[in-house]
Amino acid sequence: MRASAEGAGRVPVVHPIGAEGAFSWLWLIIALPLAGAVVLLVGGALARGALDRVGHWIGTGTVVGSFLVSLWLFISLLGRGEDERQIGQHLFTWFEVGELNVGMDLLYDPLSALFLLLITGVGSLIHVYSIGYMEHDVRRRRFFGYLNLFIAAMLVLVLGANYLVVFLGWEGVGLASYLLIGFWQHKHSAAAAAKKAFVINRVGDIGLSLAIALMFTTFGTTDFATISEQASGASQTTLNALGLLLLLGACGKSAQVPLQAWLLDAMEGPTPVSALIHAATMVTAGVYLVVRSNFIYELTPVAQTVVVIVATVTLLWGAILGCAKDDIKKALAGSTMSQIGYMMLAAGLGVAGYPFAIFHLLTHGFFKANMFLGAGSVMHGMNDDVDMRHYGGLRSFMPITFLTFAMGYLAIIGFPGFSGFFSKDKIIETALADNLVVGLCALLGAGITGFYMTRLMLMTFFGEKRWAKDVHPHESPSVMTVPLIVLAALSVLGGIMLLNDFIVDFLSPVTGVAEHHEPPLPAIVITMIVVGVVALGVAAAWFLVGRKEIARDAPQDVSFATRAARADLYGDAINDSLVVGPGRSMTTGLASFDRRGVDGVVEGGSAGVGAMSGVLRRVQNGFVRSYALSLLGGALLVVLALLAVNLA
Amino acid sequence: MAFWILAPIMVVAALGILFVRKAVHAALLLAVVMISLAVLYAVLEAPFLFAVQIIVYTGAILMLFLFVLMLVGVDASDSIVETIKGQRLMAIVLGLVFGAVLVTAFSQISLGTAVGLEEANTGGNIEQLANILFSRYVFAFEATSALLITAAVGAMVLAHRERLTPKETQAAMAAKRMRDYAESGKHPGPLPAPGVYARHNAVDTPALLPDGTASEASVSRVLAARGVMRSAPAMADDIEELQRQSGIDGAVLPGTSGKSGAAANTEASTGEDVK
Amino acid sequence: MTQYVVLSAILFTIGCIGVLTRRNAIVVFMCIELMLNAGNLALVAFAKQHGNLDGQIAAFFVMVVAAAEVVIGLAIIMTIFRTRRSASVDDASLLKY
Repeated sequence: MRASAEGAGRVPVVHPIGAEGAFSWLWLIIALPLAGAVVLLVGGALARGALDRVGHWIGTGTVVGSFLVSLWLFISLLGRGEDERQIGQHLFTWFEVGELNVGMDLLYDPLSALFLLLITGVGSLIHVYSIGYMEHDVRRRRFFGYLNLFIAAMLVLVLGANYLVVFLGWEGVGLASYLLIGFWQHKHSAAAAAKKAFVINRVGDIGLSLAIALMFTTFGTTDFATISEQASGASQTTLNALGLLLLLGACGKSAQVPLQAWLLDAMEGPTPVSALIHAATMVTAGVYLVVRSNFIYELTPVAQTVVVIVATVTLLWGAILGCAKDDIKKALAGSTMSQIGYMMLAAGLGVAGYPFAIFHLLTHGFFKANMFLGAGSVMHGMNDDVDMRHYGGLRSFMPITFLTFAMGYLAIIGFPGFSGFFSKDKIIETALADNLVVGLCALLGAGITGFYMTRLMLMTFFGEKRWAKDVHPHESPSVMTVPLIVLAALSVLGGIMLLNDFIVDFLSPVTGVAEHHEPPLPAIVITMIVVGVVALGVAAAWFLVGRKEIARDAPQDVSFATRAARADLYGDAINDSLVVGPGRSMTTGLASFDRRGVDGVVEGGSAGVGAMSGVLRRVQNGFVRSYALSLLGGALLVVLALLAVNLA
Repeated sequence: MAFWILAPIMVVAALGILFVRKAVHAALLLAVVMISLAVLYAVLEAPFLFAVQIIVYTGAILMLFLFVLMLVGVDASDSIVETIKGQRLMAIVLGLVFGAVLVTAFSQISLGTAVGLEEANTGGNIEQLANILFSRYVFAFEATSALLITAAVGAMVLAHRERLTPKETQAAMAAKRMRDYAESGKHPGPLPAPGVYARHNAVDTPALLPDGTASEASVSRVLAARGVMRSAPAMADDIEELQRQSGIDGAVLPGTSGKSGAAANTEASTGEDVK
Repeated sequence: MTQYVVLSAILFTIGCIGVLTRRNAIVVFMCIELMLNAGNLALVAFAKQHGNLDGQIAAFFVMVVAAAEVVIGLAIIMTIFRTRRSASVDDASLLKY
C-alpha cells in the first residue's frame, strides 16, 4: 500500500563502532546535568544557604557544559566518514538475568547528535532564562535541580543504545515532567495537572514496556543493533504488534490523540518548563521513538498507516484547540500538539519523511521555545495573567519580546524564508506525494495554524489595551531577553539546515535514503499553494479578530464548534465517560463487593463462629458435675463403640 | 455363698449412699461396702488385699473422711433442690443406661472356668505378691513412693496458713493482761476450776466462792449458754436425799471434809430457804 | 466369676450416679472411692479368673493412688471450706464462660 513499505531493505542496520578519542567523553554529556541534579536536590540538606545562592548557576553551568561537549562531539562527527558515524559506548552492565544481559550502552549517531544539540542548546537557553523568570521563587534551587534531572533523563533517552536504557530515560523525563508541572504544588490545579499528565503517560508507558517485553521474547535482546539486524526475520504479527505498542508509547509522551488530554493542563507548570519539556524536547520523544524504531516501522505498513492516521487527527485536533483558547499558554500548547502531529505524520510516512520529521522537530524546538519564553515574558510583565483577552497593544511596551515573538510567529506559520516554512512545506509535500487526503489535511492544518497564530499575535500585541487596572507592562530583564533573541535568530535561520539537503544526507546513516517520488504537482506549485492557504488563514484571523473589538470576558453565546474547541474537543469528557467513569464505578463496585460480599462472607463466617461459640460456651458453666456428666456420656459412647466392635 | 449374702448388702448400702442426706451416714454406709469388699477379696483368694482393704481403706481413708466431716461440720447436708437444670434427670438416665449396658454386656459373655490362684499363691499370697511387686513392678512401686510423698507435701501446703502478724511474746501477753486488769478490772490470773464435791466433780458444776455463792467463771461458757450447768440447790437436794437414804442427820454428819461440809451446809440451808 | 464383674459394674454405676447427683464435696469423694473399689473388685476377680497375681498388684496400686488422691482432695476441700464456708461442689463454679 505504501511506497515506503517496499523500501524496507533500505533501512540501514545499526552497527556502532567503538568510542575513541573525543567520543569516549560521550558519557560526560549525561553525567554533567545528572551531577548537577544530585548536588542541587540532595546537597540541599548539607548546604542549603550556599546552594540557594549559587544553585541556579550550577544548574545552568552543567547544561552549558553539556552543550559544549555535545557541540565538540558534533563537530568531531562531521569530520568523520559517513560509515563511521555510529559510535557506541558501553558504560557498564546494567543487569544480567538468565539469558538477559542488559548493558548501559550509549549510541551516538547523527540522530542523537542533533537531539543532543537541541536538548542541551535550547536547554541552556531556557536555564538562563529561568534564572530571571524564577528569581523570586523561594524554591528556585529545587527548580533547577528538577530541570537538570530532566535534561539528564532526556539525554539518556536519546543516547540509549537499547530500548531499556531509552525506557529509563523515558520514565525519567516522565518523572521530571510530573515534578515540574506540579512545581507550584500549592495550587490545586497544578497538582491535579501533574497527576493527570503522569497517569496518562503511564498508559503510553504500558505500550512501551509491553513492546520491550515483546522484543525480549522475540529477539532476546533490546539492542538497536541486534533488532535492526533481525527484525526482518520476525513474523508480521509480531512486527505489527511492536509497531502499534511503540506508537502507543509515543502517543502518551507526545500527546497524540487519544492520549492528548494532559498537554493543555500541563501548562500549569512554570513557563520555562512548558517551553523546554512541553514544547521543545520531551513531547517530541514520541517522534524520536518512531524515527529511532524505523527498522521496525519500515516492516509494518499497518503500524505506519496507524501512525499517519493518528498524526493527521492530532494535527487538526491541536490546531482547532489553538483557535479557541484564550489562555496564551494553552493556545501555544494546542499549537504544539498540532506541530507534533506534523512531525508524527512525517515519521509515519517512512524513509522519505524521517529527515523532515526531525527537521521540523528541530525548527519547532527553536520557534516554539522562543514563543513560550516570549509568552512567559509577557506574563512576567502582566502580573502572571495568562488570558489574552486582558492583553492588547503590548508591542510598544515590550519591543524585544514582541520582535522575537514575531520571528517565532513567522516561523511557525511558514512565512517564506523562515525555518518553519522549509520544514512544514517539506512535510506537506511528502504527505501529498504519499496520500492525497492526508496531504490535504496537512495543508488545512497549515491554514489553521496561520489563523490561530495570527489571532494570538493580534490579541496580545496589537489592538486596544485591555489590561487590568494595576498592570504596568515592562520589558523583561536581559537575562530573559537574551535567550529570546538567540532563539529568535535560530527560528529565522533554522532553515539553513536544509541547504544542499544537509539534514537529509546527514541523517541518512540512520533513516536510510529515500527513493525519489514525484509529487502530484511540481514542488514549487505545492509551496505556492501552502503559502496561499496560510495567507488565507492569516487573513481570516485579521477579519475575524483583528478588525473587531475584543471583549475582556470570553463571550458565551458562541457556536457549537467554538464551545467544543474550548472544551478541548471534549477530550476530557471522552476520557471521563470512557475510562474514568467506568473505572470509578468499577472500583466502587469492587469496593462495595469487597465490603458486602467478601467482607460479608468473612465477617459473617466469623460472626457465625462467634455466635456459635457464644452458644457453645454455655456448656462451660462452671459446674464440675456438669462436666462429669459429659464425661459419663463420652464413656458410654466409648463402651458402646467397644461393644459394637467386639460383639459385631 | 458369701458372695450371694454380701452382694445384696453392698448394693443396698451403695444405694444408701445415694439417698441418705447426712454425710456421716454416707460414710458409714461406705464402710459397710468396703468391709464387705474386703470379705469378697478374701473369698477371691487375695488375703493381702483383704488386710489392706480393711487397714488402709476402711481404717485410714474412711477415718480421714470422718475427720474432715467433723471439721467441716457434721450438720452440713445437701439441699434437696437441684441447681443445675436437668442434671439429676440426665445423670440418672445416663447412669442407668451405662449400668444396663455394662451389666447386659457382662452377662452375655461367659468367662469360662476360673483358673484359680492355688498355683500362683504357692508359697503364700503375700510372698508371691512381693515377688512380682519388687521385680516386674518395681519402677511403678518406686513411682508410688514419689506420689505419696508428693501427696503428703501437697496436703501440707494446702493446709498451711500463712502467719500474717508476728507471734506475740509472753512478756507482751503478760503486759496485756495487766493492762486489761487496770482498765476493765478483768481478772489477770487463770479462771477458777470447777467445783469438786463429794459426789460431783464434773465440769458442769460451778465452784463455790468463799461467801458460798457459785462462781460462774468456773464453768465453761458453752455449758452456761446451753443451760446444762448444775445449780447449787440441786446439789443440796442431792445431799438431803443422800441423808434421807442413809438416815443420818446432815447437821451432825461426820467424816465430811471441811470445804465440802461447809459447802453442803450452806447449800442445804439455802436449799431449804427455797423450799 | 461373672457375678463379681456384674456386681462391680453395678457398684460403679451407683458411684457414677452419686458423683453426678450429690453436691456435698465429701460425699462426691466417697462416691469416687466407691467407683475405685468397684474397679478393684473387678481386678481381683479377674486375677482369680486368669490365675495370676497381676490383677491384685493393680488393685494394690489403685489403693495407693486412691490414698494419695484422698489426702490431696480432702485438703483441697478443707481449703475451699475455710474460705467459702461451704462444702458444696456447685458453689465453686466461678471458673466458667
